[in-house]
Amino acid sequence: MSARATTRRVLDDAGGFSAMTWVMTIMLFLTLLAAAGGLGLRSATVALDRQLEGRLTVQVIDGNAVRREATAARAIALLRRLPGVVQVERVPAEELARLVRPWLGTDADDADLPMPAMIDVDLAGAEATAAVSTALARVSPTIRVDRHESWMSPVSGFMTSLSWLAAALVLLMLAATTAVVTLAARAGLESHRATIEVMHMLGSTDVQVARLFQRRIALDAALGGGVGGMAALATLAFLGWRLTALDSQLLTGIRLGVVDWLALALVPLAFVGLATLAARATVIGALRRTL
Amino acid sequence: MASIVQFENVGLRYGTGQETLSDVSFQLGAGTFYFLTGASGAGKTSLLKLLYLAQRPSRGIIRLFGEDAVTMSRDRLPAMRRRMGVVFQDFRLIPHLSAWDNIALPLRVAGLPEDEVEQPVREMLAWVGLAERAHARPATLSGGEQQRVAIARAVVGRPEILVADEPTGNVDPDMADRLIHLFESMNKLGTTVVVATHDFHLLGRVPGAQMMRLDRGRLLDPTGSLRHPPNEIDP
Repeated sequence: MSARATTRRVLDDAGGFSAMTWVMTIMLFLTLLAAAGGLGLRSATVALDRQLEGRLTVQVIDGNAVRREATAARAIALLRRLPGVVQVERVPAEELARLVRPWLGTDADDADLPMPAMIDVDLAGAEATAAVSTALARVSPTIRVDRHESWMSPVSGFMTSLSWLAAALVLLMLAATTAVVTLAARAGLESHRATIEVMHMLGSTDVQVARLFQRRIALDAALGGGVGGMAALATLAFLGWRLTALDSQLLTGIRLGVVDWLALALVPLAFVGLATLAARATVIGALRRTL
Repeated sequence: MASIVQFENVGLRYGTGQETLSDVSFQLGAGTFYFLTGASGAGKTSLLKLLYLAQRPSRGIIRLFGEDAVTMSRDRLPAMRRRMGVVFQDFRLIPHLSAWDNIALPLRVAGLPEDEVEQPVREMLAWVGLAERAHARPATLSGGEQQRVAIARAVVGRPEILVADEPTGNVDPDMADRLIHLFESMNKLGTTVVVATHDFHLLGRVPGAQMMRLDRGRLLDPTGSLRHPPNEIDP
């Protein structure tokens, strides 16, 4: 047996799935879910913002149907001439009737119902919004311009908050992991006090003793990371499948890109690195207080 | 003869109690053999702990290999300890390691490659008569066998000083003779040997060995030879 393998066994023979490995598994599973949630929400927020940016709905609110139609026609003609306008589309009367049918029932199909004329406008960018609004205001005071961005911004803001919350959860998980490793290393030092004393008397340095603990904790973290990572991957695959089945316009933006997956793949590695460093710092710190 | 250990007015106190060791002064010459005797509780183990750097004194001066051991930084201690071999009274073998691996540990701690570890460990096992039990774990060894493994571990690195606390306490008289003979062999190779024992029968077994006697924490040195070791060991 090699010297390294023997030295590794100085602490004890325990291997396989210890309590510490379970803790690491659960911590990593939760961290990966929180991180995936945060990344997914961030991409959804970006997609939503991109989708809403530069989208307007123009309403012509006039009780007189003839005047309303004339104003709508002039507005459409103007919009088609304005620079920065990509697409102009009148919302059909049937579509408007369908939208109000849940409230008005069959009355929604009444031709005398004073429904506003609505025009969907796509702009090349949000910067054209002000010029379009000003030009339309000159056409008629009965024209109102609604920016989609303004009424969806609370949703976007809420999703951004959730992303930050997920990031905070990841940091908390990492802090908790560090605390668990510190406690485990301290407990290990206590239970192996006699062995460490002998190692010191044989001329071991603090770093050599610390290596015994950090290797052990790194193994626990790696094993826990592998199992926790697989469990998290399975959970994410299941949630992805459920999300696809929902076919929701709002939720379709929740997706993980290549960079997101790479970031998630780095989490277990960061976990092992953090656990190893925490164990090393704890052991060396404790040994420095002894002779 | 150069002295490799110097104690000057060393005192040791645990907590706020009385001094366990008081005004201990002596020098150990390189390549000499010393027995440390005294009744139980006289302070033998405490003195050895100071010697093998497991404890710092409350007062006084200790010089090891020409360096001040009292103010020595922690970073220097491992290198100093590697120059010593210690046989603990309670053996302190690593329970999860075989006799072979326990003996090999000081060499591995010192960073020797595995091919340089094998031969000395094999020799040590043969030397203490445990070649057949190389792969036995301490729990399966008798008290005497464990003690021999502990001795082999202490000497495998060819230390400059060998410190043994009651090394014959758990062995029969024949084995005690053999162990003392082993220590003598080490001593002839140039190792300074300090053996703490209350077995007065051992004292006559090593011709030329000097005696240090502790009485209630004070070192008795009626001839002054401990302060000024003789130039040569009598044959």
